Amino acid sequence: MAAIDMKNIVKKYGDGFPAVNDVSIDVKDGEFMILVGPSGCGKSTLLRMIVGLEDITSGDMVIGERKVNDLAPRDRNLAMVFQNYALYPHLTVYENIAFPLRLAKAPDNEIDQKVRDASKTLELDEHLERKPGNLSGGQRQRVAMGRAIVREADAFLFDEPLSNLDAKLRGQMRTEIARLQKRLGITTVYVTHDQTEAMTLGDRVAVLKRGVLQQLATPRELYENPCNLFVAGFIGSPPMNFLPAEVDGTSVKLPIGTVEIPAEKAERVGGKGLLIAGIRPEHFEDASVLDESRRSQGSTFRSVVDVVEWLGNQAFAYIPFEAPPEVREQLTQLEKDLDGESMRTQLVINLDGASRIAEGDEAEIWVNTSQMHLFDPGTGENLTLDADRAGRVPDANAMDAAEAAGREQDEAGSSVTS
Amino acid sequence: MNKNRIGLVIGCALILVWCLLPVVWIISLSFKSQAAITNGSPGFFPAEGGGAGFSNYVDVLADDQFRRAIFNSIGISLIATVLSVVLATLAAYAIARLEFKGKKFVLTTALAIAMFPVVSLVGPLFDMWRTFGIYDTWPGLIIPYMSFTLPLAIWTLSAFFREIPWEMEQAAQVDGATSWQAFRKVIVPLAAPGVFTAAILTFFFAWNDFVFGISLTSTEAARPIPAALSFFVGADPFNRPASLLAAGAVVATVPIIVIVLIFQRKIVAGLTSGAVKG
Repeated sequence: MAAIDMKNIVKKYGDGFPAVNDVSIDVKDGEFMILVGPSGCGKSTLLRMIVGLEDITSGDMVIGERKVNDLAPRDRNLAMVFQNYALYPHLTVYENIAFPLRLAKAPDNEIDQKVRDASKTLELDEHLERKPGNLSGGQRQRVAMGRAIVREADAFLFDEPLSNLDAKLRGQMRTEIARLQKRLGITTVYVTHDQTEAMTLGDRVAVLKRGVLQQLATPRELYENPCNLFVAGFIGSPPMNFLPAEVDGTSVKLPIGTVEIPAEKAERVGGKGLLIAGIRPEHFEDASVLDESRRSQGSTFRSVVDVVEWLGNQAFAYIPFEAPPEVREQLTQLEKDLDGESMRTQLVINLDGASRIAEGDEAEIWVNTSQMHLFDPGTGENLTLDADRAGRVPDANAMDAAEAAGREQDEAGSSVTS
Repeated sequence: MNKNRIGLVIGCALILVWCLLPVVWIISLSFKSQAAITNGSPGFFPAEGGGAGFSNYVDVLADDQFRRAIFNSIGISLIATVLSVVLATLAAYAIARLEFKGKKFVLTTALAIAMFPVVSLVGPLFDMWRTFGIYDTWPGLIIPYMSFTLPLAIWTLSAFFREIPWEMEQAAQVDGATSWQAFRKVIVPLAAPGVFTAAILTFFFAWNDFVFGISLTSTEAARPIPAALSFFVGADPFNRPASLLAAGAVVATVPIIVIVLIFQRKIVAGLTSGAVKG
């Protein structure tokens, strides 16, 4: 058991560009920390620096009370589960799990005891004598976890452990990992690009982009108080809607209509000109199914619904809108950063299952403006951030820093290829 | 379907006859008596009174020179194989895993060496070995065998090592292994098919070599079997003991067959299946 303290970690590869740039994350003893971000954000590199498979260019990595920058992986006493499991195919399941103990020269009876305990926990008893090649994906995954839990490691590290499993198994293993971690109470760092895993598993989540830490907060804080456009777009499914917005007093002019926002929000964004409004799909509703008390919390507008997807308990409605070019560029870039395809600009709204809105109808839609975020289109910063409930947000504008790094890298890349 | 099958059987039979007839004939010869061969014994099975039973084998194995040659061959081939495979394993691992300057150079040089005609080196080696004092000794043969088999072994093995996922070693290191332990306990077992393939190839080369064997030796101190067989003359220099030679050739083939059978079991394809996602 140990806390992992990363202080201003930088990783530069041969080309001089930082893959991980000045990241500081403190993982408390027993905490389940998630590193999340789109591909190429440096999350796996960071994990591999914790375990010692990558050198640290600068900064301090402290595990427990020890600075481990220059320690070999075997001296760090960490257990890791690899994305492709990395089981030893020439050894049986039993020997795979026993491998770290054999290296530590533990006595045979102790090894047997520990391996049997681990296999019982992971329900691998009947497979102990089989070779990994004969196991299913989920079983291999469990063997890899067995190899991790059999040692009394200071921390577990997971590198996208579920990405090779099918959807159903992924859900089961996710619960299994959560249960195991709670039971063993062991410090865990878990890398994923899947925001569902990030939200469900983590005590706290660190969102990374282009090697820069964007926000470090609990899942709820991230969801309710994203510090910038990137975090807002990354967390949540379907993602948050981004609309161009012009604020005038307490009224906000959106492409779909003008709505009123609470005075304290309006105060913070006054005089900034064109902004980007972020509203989650569930903060819209069909005005006709709402009761009066809720209705008064927000504002309503009328709009033509393009497509409706009815799922029984809820429905998704799509409303296309036109975005001015100043904002469109930022939104397209954001979409690219999130590994998405740049689609038409449209509003996704989550309606109650009871809603009767059909395709092509002009409907009255209610929007909960108290939950609306307003972002600076230049820097991506959330102007309406409730700083007390947003976890840790790096001081400098992280999204801007990440974008600058990315642009620099892209330019260097294109000048090399041309 | 049936027609195909018949064709297949006939085809296989033809190829087998083509390949195995000389071998079978040697065996047949080795069971005929010397007199029968001198008088002409065209049949496959020894003619009436022309059979020698196992007497040729007994004679061959009783021959001191021959026993010595067998011993030389086994010793030299095994040592050359072991050294070559060990060196090649280490070298191939470095080539597959490390980025270093001159990697391409090492690989191309190795290939260039393997392409050198053996005969062109015999003359210089003869001179050098006489100067160094290793002419007609075991090392005098082991060294050229190694230099000719190493390139092939390195190429074979580095291909095998490249197939092994990096994560295997990294997992071992995280599990508490030193680099050497990771190499020995994880990488080498996984590369075992490659190691055995390289070993067989090396052993074949060393065992079958004739040019070095006859040029770099002068006495039975180091003379290997292929060379020794050519020196195998009976009492009458004008009448070579064909049946004894045949028996000697059969005896010389046995170790190769044994080695192949042993190693073949180890060459199991797809050993790495199940290491990573499937």
